[in-house]
Amino acid sequence: KEILRLFYRYRDLAPQLVPLDYSDKPAVTLPYELIGSMPELKDNPFRQRIAEVFSEHGDGNMTLDDFLDMFSVLSEMAPRDLKAYYAFKIYDFNNDDYICKSDLEKTVNKLTRNELTPEEVSLVCEKVIYEADVDNDGKLSLADFQHMIVRAPDFLSTFHIRI
Amino acid sequence: MSQPPSITLHVPEGSESDGQEPSPDNERALHTSFHQLILEQSSLIEAGLELELQERSRESPARLATPDPCAMAWPEPGQGEDHPRYSPASLQILASMPSRTIGKNLGAIISQYCNRTARLRRRSSRPPLQQLCRTARPSLRQYDLETDPATATLEEKRSQLVKELLSFPPSQRSHMLLTMPLNLAEKRNLRRQVSGHRGPLRQHAHHWAPFSPCGWSKFCVILGCRGLWYRLLFLLRAAQPWHYALKQIGGRFGSSVLSYFLFLKTLLMLNFLSFFILLVFVVVLQAVYPPASVSPPPFTGLELLTGAGYFTHSLLYYGYYSNVTLNDPCSSSPKGSVCPLAAPPLPYNLPLAYLFSVGVSFLVTCILLVYSVSRSFRESVGSSAGDLAIKVFCTWDFKVIQRRSVKLQCENICTQLKELLVERRSRSRPQSRCQCLGHCVVMLLAWLLALGSVSGCVLAVHYIWEHVHMVQQEQQVQNSGRWQQEAILLVLPLVVSLLNALMPHLFNLLAMWEKQDSPVTQVYMATIRNLILKTMVLMLLCYQWLSRSVVCSTEECWETCVGQDLYRFMVMDFIFTLLDTLFGELIWRLILEKRLKTKRRPEFDVARNVLELIYGQTLTWLGILFAPLLPAVQMLKLLLLFYIKKTSLMRNCQSPSKPWQASRMSTMFITLLCFPSFLGAAAFLSYTIWSVRPSETCGPFRGLETIYESGKRWVLVLEKSNPNITWFAWVYQHLLEDTSLLFCMSVILIAVIYFNVQVVRGRQRVICLLQEQIVNEGEDKAFLIQKLNSVWKQRRRRF
Repeated sequence: KEILRLFYRYRDLAPQLVPLDYSDKPAVTLPYELIGSMPELKDNPFRQRIAEVFSEHGDGNMTLDDFLDMFSVLSEMAPRDLKAYYAFKIYDFNNDDYICKSDLEKTVNKLTRNELTPEEVSLVCEKVIYEADVDNDGKLSLADFQHMIVRAPDFLSTFHIRI
Repeated sequence: MSQPPSITLHVPEGSESDGQEPSPDNERALHTSFHQLILEQSSLIEAGLELELQERSRESPARLATPDPCAMAWPEPGQGEDHPRYSPASLQILASMPSRTIGKNLGAIISQYCNRTARLRRRSSRPPLQQLCRTARPSLRQYDLETDPATATLEEKRSQLVKELLSFPPSQRSHMLLTMPLNLAEKRNLRRQVSGHRGPLRQHAHHWAPFSPCGWSKFCVILGCRGLWYRLLFLLRAAQPWHYALKQIGGRFGSSVLSYFLFLKTLLMLNFLSFFILLVFVVVLQAVYPPASVSPPPFTGLELLTGAGYFTHSLLYYGYYSNVTLNDPCSSSPKGSVCPLAAPPLPYNLPLAYLFSVGVSFLVTCILLVYSVSRSFRESVGSSAGDLAIKVFCTWDFKVIQRRSVKLQCENICTQLKELLVERRSRSRPQSRCQCLGHCVVMLLAWLLALGSVSGCVLAVHYIWEHVHMVQQEQQVQNSGRWQQEAILLVLPLVVSLLNALMPHLFNLLAMWEKQDSPVTQVYMATIRNLILKTMVLMLLCYQWLSRSVVCSTEECWETCVGQDLYRFMVMDFIFTLLDTLFGELIWRLILEKRLKTKRRPEFDVARNVLELIYGQTLTWLGILFAPLLPAVQMLKLLLLFYIKKTSLMRNCQSPSKPWQASRMSTMFITLLCFPSFLGAAAFLSYTIWSVRPSETCGPFRGLETIYESGKRWVLVLEKSNPNITWFAWVYQHLLEDTSLLFCMSVILIAVIYFNVQVVRGRQRVICLLQEQIVNEGEDKAFLIQKLNSVWKQRRRRF
């Protein structure tokens, strides 16, 4: 039932492209612009990264499977580790499996809409790496990220999109 | 934590750009090269060439030419060490390491989860040391080196994972599948394989369906319950009052100002609970069965200020409440006759109810306060490290979709980050001895001044009270008008509230003159002095009320008199808070803008306002016994205060220029609420119940020695009526009245606290050790990779 509801939302984005009948598994991909125009994602500063992480080829164009994946991970039922894993991928802008300082700077700028000065942004990034980097290599790996998430009690409720 | 710490490396950034992306197709090629290198390395060691290699690796790095153009030296972020040049084979290996391929390599994910499930199945975090090979590295001892996942193909890995999954019970299986970060197609494939082994293929399109009927229904129930719980939580959150207003305040002014409003909300909840308990058990019943009382004087507006007159013989005060059992048929029958044995229609012992509901409301408040204090201690102590990282990654609420709310959130996060930065940046620089001494002298002077002014205020209050009492006696002799009589009652509350409003400003000025190192210390100093002032004044007032030497000595019903006094204090406090907001914020802003022509606006002084709230709440708690409806008055006051303060804040104030950490301040506030304020009120109440003689003519405890005696009498009555429950009376006598039990309990409590503190300390030490171990592992790995690289180069040069 949930899946049907998501399917109808997916279809609503582009009724002419998405067929009603999925039994023969058509390869239909919706472009990023349509996904990014959904009301749930429209004003989210990370919408592009979210679409890229869940899309098949990393370009933001999503099939129905990717769409379902995305909303299932972002739902309230997804376990914490899964959410942490995907959150890590979202914040990793250059896709190198580490959140390095440039990734962090981009994240902070997106969070504050460029209202902090570059020195402040740089200071914030340095302090974040200093705090969260456990193995001391100057970057955050997935394990560092998960270790930090454990200490944040409200991660589960903030990393959640209601649809 | 059965997982070994995953280790990362000082690896050059562009290692992926060597052109050979590890894709699932190339896996076999990559891993065989690793395998080959291991063989090479082991054969080299056997040949005893290690020494030779060590000599060779000490040569200058320039001679170790790498022909591959893409093995360049990439700059290390912030490290200045000589960057080693990795050969393409080493880079391929590095690129295919499990910790690096998590996001990309399907096979790596599958093998990682295979290992995890295997370890879960074995249910042992560590095999016993005797069974392990001594030469294995510590972090590798847990691995089953025979089943090296590096040599398997994707299909083999999948089948291994399926095999592992099959060994689990169905519900756990589906849970494991849920937690795997694979995409939908992969999961569907796996599930199909797993269920295909068991029986006919299920044509179910549902994601989370397990594989047996009764497990399915149980799962459905659990899922339904969880859904219901989440929906309830969401409703609770949505139904919270002032949710948007608080977000707005937090977004514009930061969490320090927000903590004031949150504290106000907490107080409102506490008052609501007390009020509810008293309402249900005492007030409503007395209202339904009103006692025969004198006709009240006509209502004039002044009653709202003085609480006397019309309100004297009303539900508001202690004097109204009857001391009989309500609705008791025996009381209506004539004296001397036998009480009918028919079942009474629920007689209600009002004095007992009064005593117990006051006690229960205090107990509930105590439990809630202690719980909030412990929770905020935990949050403020534990969250100081790692705060910034959590703020950056976990505070963005993805649920927020409205444009305005998104903008608010951005502002909020921006302000919070700035706050944290400012706090981290302000570290005290070491001072010279002379400066230190000067600083000490200044501090001493400031404290002397503060304490002197506090004692001056207390003496002033005492003398004014005696003077008012004399004037009152004169008035009674002269039989002057009601207006004058009631107006004189307002003088003392006026004076006390005036002092409470003016002195904190003086203390703030004093703290600014002292020039402390950080704004936090400044605030703490001013707050402590303010607190001392309020505590002293309240203690004097309590002493006067209980001794009845000055006030209410002429009254017959002294409890009502004390209740009225407290009501007047509360109303005056409210009026002065309003005046303070008006003058301190609105008019000050107008002066700054129009006269002095500066762009600066007044700032919202959080600590002073919070102390005013605590003072008001203390008055309420002191007065609960004497005026059961006082919590309702306090609730009304808090509601009005919220809206007035919020409006004034939005119009007149600016964001704090020196933002500081709010969580520690809110811990301090709630601790202040609990310890001096609540404990003081509880002590006052206990003393009143245990030792003070209630008045003879009014109230539910008239004619008794102490209020507590009603409880004792009830226990005796119980004992007499039903001999089976003498144990209850015995328990009551020995537990509640015996002080040695309390002593034992406090000793046990202290021991438990000490034990917990030691456990926490031990755990922190373990965490430090583990962190060191992780860093060491990282260095080990770097060393090994370098060694491998050098070996490979030697091999290449030789052939």
